[in-house]
Amino acid sequence: MDEVIQVMSADDIRRAVTRIAHEIIERNNGAADLFIVGIQKKGVPFARRIQQTLQAIENLPVPFGTLDITLYRDDFGSHTSALDPTDIPESITGKTVILVDEVIFTGRTVRSALNALMDFGRPSTIQLAVLVDRGHRELPIRPDFVGKNIPTSRREDVEVDLASDPQNDRVTIRKLAEQEATQ
Amino acid sequence: MTLSQKHVLGLQDMSAQDMLCVLDQAQEMKEILSRPIKKVPTLRGKSVVTVFFENSTRTRISFETAAKTLSADVTGFSASTSSVQKGESLKDTILTLSAMAADVFVIRHQASGAAEFVSRYTDAHVINAGDGQHEHPTQGLLDMLTIRQHKGRIEGLTVAIVGDITHSRVARSNIWGLTRLGAKVRLVGPETLLPAEVRQLPVEVFHDLREGIRDCDVVNVLRIQLERQEAGLFPSLREYAQRFGLNSNALREARPDVLVMHPGPMNRGVEIAADVADGEFSVVEEQVSNGVAVRMALLYLLLGGSDDAVAH
Amino acid sequence: MRLLISGGRIIDPASSFDGVGDVLVEDGVIAFCGERLPEEMKSGEVRLYDASGLVVTPGLIDMHVHLREPGQEYKETLETGGMAAAAGGFTSVVPMPNTVPAVDNRATVEYVVRRAKETSPVRVWPTVAATKGNANEEMSEIADCKAAGAIAVTDDAFPLQSAEMTRRVMEYCRTFDLPLLTHCEDKSMTKGAVMNEGLSATVLGLKGMPKAAEDLQVSRNIELAQMTGCRLHILHISSRRSIQMVREAKARGVRVSCETCPQYFSLDDAICLGYNTLAKCSPPIRTRDDIEAVKEGLADATIDAIATDHAPHAAHEKECEFQTAAFGMIGLETALGLTVSKLVDTGVISLSEAVRKMSTAPAEILGLPLGRLSVQSPADITVFDPSEEWTVDPELFQSKSRNTPFAGWRLRGRAVTTIVAGRVVYGEVRSAEKTTA
Ligand SMILES: [Zn+2]
Repeated sequence: MDEVIQVMSADDIRRAVTRIAHEIIERNNGAADLFIVGIQKKGVPFARRIQQTLQAIENLPVPFGTLDITLYRDDFGSHTSALDPTDIPESITGKTVILVDEVIFTGRTVRSALNALMDFGRPSTIQLAVLVDRGHRELPIRPDFVGKNIPTSRREDVEVDLASDPQNDRVTIRKLAEQEATQ
Repeated sequence: MTLSQKHVLGLQDMSAQDMLCVLDQAQEMKEILSRPIKKVPTLRGKSVVTVFFENSTRTRISFETAAKTLSADVTGFSASTSSVQKGESLKDTILTLSAMAADVFVIRHQASGAAEFVSRYTDAHVINAGDGQHEHPTQGLLDMLTIRQHKGRIEGLTVAIVGDITHSRVARSNIWGLTRLGAKVRLVGPETLLPAEVRQLPVEVFHDLREGIRDCDVVNVLRIQLERQEAGLFPSLREYAQRFGLNSNALREARPDVLVMHPGPMNRGVEIAADVADGEFSVVEEQVSNGVAVRMALLYLLLGGSDDAVAH
Repeated sequence: MRLLISGGRIIDPASSFDGVGDVLVEDGVIAFCGERLPEEMKSGEVRLYDASGLVVTPGLIDMHVHLREPGQEYKETLETGGMAAAAGGFTSVVPMPNTVPAVDNRATVEYVVRRAKETSPVRVWPTVAATKGNANEEMSEIADCKAAGAIAVTDDAFPLQSAEMTRRVMEYCRTFDLPLLTHCEDKSMTKGAVMNEGLSATVLGLKGMPKAAEDLQVSRNIELAQMTGCRLHILHISSRRSIQMVREAKARGVRVSCETCPQYFSLDDAICLGYNTLAKCSPPIRTRDDIEAVKEGLADATIDAIATDHAPHAAHEKECEFQTAAFGMIGLETALGLTVSKLVDTGVISLSEAVRKMSTAPAEILGLPLGRLSVQSPADITVFDPSEEWTVDPELFQSKSRNTPFAGWRLRGRAVTTIVAGRVVYGEVRSAEKTTA
């Protein structure tokens, strides 16, 4: 049996979202040129929370997009996953893109996402927001906004559940049985 | 997530699950074609060899665009400029091409069964880009993608295929694909253009165009070739157009939201009236762009590996 | 040298003998055939063949083979085809004249006769092409060829299309008392066609040959045979309608006979699915209903003979697109097994009827002094085991070619010994002891 430990509660997550939103506004002097892009699949609901919070704070619409990075992965052939919608509804050129994922681990997903974003235009800056940084980076990539640093072992998995009802949000760590361990 | 089969030789043998998987992925692939930079690095270092023993600029360009959009290396082999002209056998040609270490062969050939034949002699994936009068699975898939985009489903629809069924690989792939996904298929044409024992296929057969397309959701019009007239299968293009050419009058029999499809290239004024070909119900141009998306999805799915978890 | 084949089940349809008994071979002819060899004939040196459990029959005659010599020796030769025949239990074969060049003149007939004598372990009875070069334009020198040894005239592989030409060939054949063996196919209906017209062809996207293409010519040739009085033999009959027409023609006294081949009672056209070129032949493998009709025709003797249409082709001629592949399959080494397994074991015909269709009837149709075990007949004898089970392995064939769709099939019935003119050309004499009475 896998061992599951909750590391963030719904309240923890709500507070992290609010803090990150404020940090984004502070860093960028407002939300005027922002463009939020959530990485498929689990980065999208987290990005949605950030976008909504930003809009509520600044009282202006913040453009939002989704990005599937599967086609940019550096390990194509070892696993192929189903594609989820990529939807960048307007040009990102000149914008401050806030790239959002739920967990940062090796950094490879972010690397793929940066390449993918470049194919949509030339943002003035790209900043990275994650809910959980679990360490073990394999590339020189560092998030700009972090909900929580959670040191993990490679034999653990971090699961972010952002439910349709935010009351049920939670982040857990699952200790994997030997043979299930990835990477 | 991959296909359960190594090759794409026809829809007769493709499971509903695989077909739906291709359609789903193709749907996402369409988005790439609308980007400012229409290229993703997915298939870098992969080699796609198109082997066309029969000229078809449209299909060939569609496959090449699909492969290049996914960053695969594309090599074209055409029989007209090759040793095939010197009488080299298909087997020898394929054995020679296999030495190129292709990952995928896309093959178009005038002989039914040629794609399956090729798959026996290569370790590469084989995609049938049309073999004789047998199948044209990518056309069948792109037709279904087009239908699904407009109707939201395949199941429960009624699709009429009009014209030269006997000699049409497009018709065969459509029959297998559509019926497997739960559509009703009707075939419309004169007896001379219907193959033997056609009524044993899962279809309804009509000799009258209006009757055949009545209340249909989709009318797929096949290209009629002059050589069939020369072979004595119908008296003249004029009479064919009168009886089986889809015009706006006849089209009123179909459902008001009917889709009109054609695998191209169209003979306007023969199997399809110009105003229908270019009219509000026609989705012919969309079929072309869907063709690229479907072929991208197939390349992606064939060359992908297993379905492991993703590390962040 | 004398050989006494003793204790086997002797089946001699010509004399209606079917029972355990002895056959004595002396100087290349049958010296005795009956229940028990009289004591006085046992004197002198006799090699004893203990045939108990085996069937002893007049040598099988395959009245329809393609041995490819001259011209296509890479597929088969009179020697390898003859060895395949012997291995299959055949003591005589009748090669069709569609060689390169065609057997359409005295010199080529003589060549075949001479080469066969030099190389073939079994008897070879040449036939002559109805028209020069099989071109369907001018009649061959049929009488001259008969004088050189041809025993029949045929249009096999190049069916006569013109009714007028067919009529004249028949009249000429009648003049010189030769049977005409016809491959019935209206070519205008089979242009570009590669298999039976039907659901399988439709699914495969291959052009089909309608049965009507066969039926029309069967009908026409029967009419012309009736008109001309020619002895007509219809090769490889495969369709229900055709068989019915032969049945009716025989009933009204037309001189018509016909043969079928094991593939037409063993396979239906679904065998072609997957583009199985090994099953491509002409006439094409038909439907289950036709298989039933062929069996009915065999059972009521509408179909007189079983031949093989042994048609060897090199590997590369079958390892290609279906529409490009050569027509035909080899059959000499599987015919007996298929006949026993598919017809005798299933009760369609008796073993005796099977022997009649593979020996006695072909000899009668072609006017050969063979196909019987009567005293003073040439000692062409086949000894086979009707219950031996074996698996078809083309790699073990004597034929130069391997193009059979029956590879891997489990069959019952196999030749044990093939004897031509008293000489063992295949297999062994069971129990080697020499006895002196
Ligand atoms: Zn023939």
